[in-house]
Amino acid sequence: MELFVFGCAALMVVIGAVGVITRKHPVHAALSLVLTLFGVAVLFVAQQAHFLAAVQVIVYAGAIVVLFLFVIMLLGVDRVENLRTEPLAAQRPLAVAVSLGLIGILVAAFATGSGVLHERGAGLKIPDLANESDANTTQLAQSIFSQYVVAFEVTSVLLVVAVVGTVLLARRTKSAVTENSK
Amino acid sequence: MIAFSLVPTASWYLVLSAVLFGIGTFGVLVRRNPLVMFMCIELMLNAVNLSFVSLARKLDDINGQTIVFFVMVVAAAEVVVGLGIIVAIMRNRNSVTADDLVELKG
Repeated sequence: MELFVFGCAALMVVIGAVGVITRKHPVHAALSLVLTLFGVAVLFVAQQAHFLAAVQVIVYAGAIVVLFLFVIMLLGVDRVENLRTEPLAAQRPLAVAVSLGLIGILVAAFATGSGVLHERGAGLKIPDLANESDANTTQLAQSIFSQYVVAFEVTSVLLVVAVVGTVLLARRTKSAVTENSK
Repeated sequence: MIAFSLVPTASWYLVLSAVLFGIGTFGVLVRRNPLVMFMCIELMLNAVNLSFVSLARKLDDINGQTIVFFVMVVAAAEVVVGLGIIVAIMRNRNSVTADDLVELKG
């Protein structure tokens, strides 16, 4: 059963990711990104990370992709990138080599490091979800609001800074505002 | 070594996340539209999140999921600021591809 779920979700993830990098139109790329993000959410559920799967669907597939689509519409939807001609001749072969090499290095690291990967950290144990259905959320909340409460508060500062910075960036310049108000 | 069995182990998820990371890297290196480059960075972040969650399950440690929560928050903030920068650049010039931004060229 888990094999079937993994196979379907992995297919979704890979097809979506390939769609993101091969589609000419940015809107199509954003919709392929939704497929990948849903696939990752399914993989989260398969690994008993229920809360993170919900956050993944709401924040990524909901908020972030909608933000992408919003900016694409704002900048004009008819900007199709020409993927046939490549200005730098060596760029694509080099990119293929770099990314394949990166995959190879990562897989080799996972393979050789699997002996070290048995030492667990100081975190709480993951509960058995068969007995309590909301145990994952409870456990995650216990971890965030006790051990990592400082990091959580700093995150709120980060969000405020990001919002203020974006408003400042996207605002018109001062002279333009005063011109309009006169 | 990576054990092969018909039940997906943590290794399967880790290999999938490595593949996803590689695809994202390729996209960042090849595409010239900054929006699509951002989407590829999201792919790479998702690959890292996937490996965190699979290692959290393998090691029976909830901290792997906690850090994914923080990564998601930082990714959201990063996307907001990045798209704000793209809109601000767009206001000053007509086309936005990575090739057009050559002001820093020596």
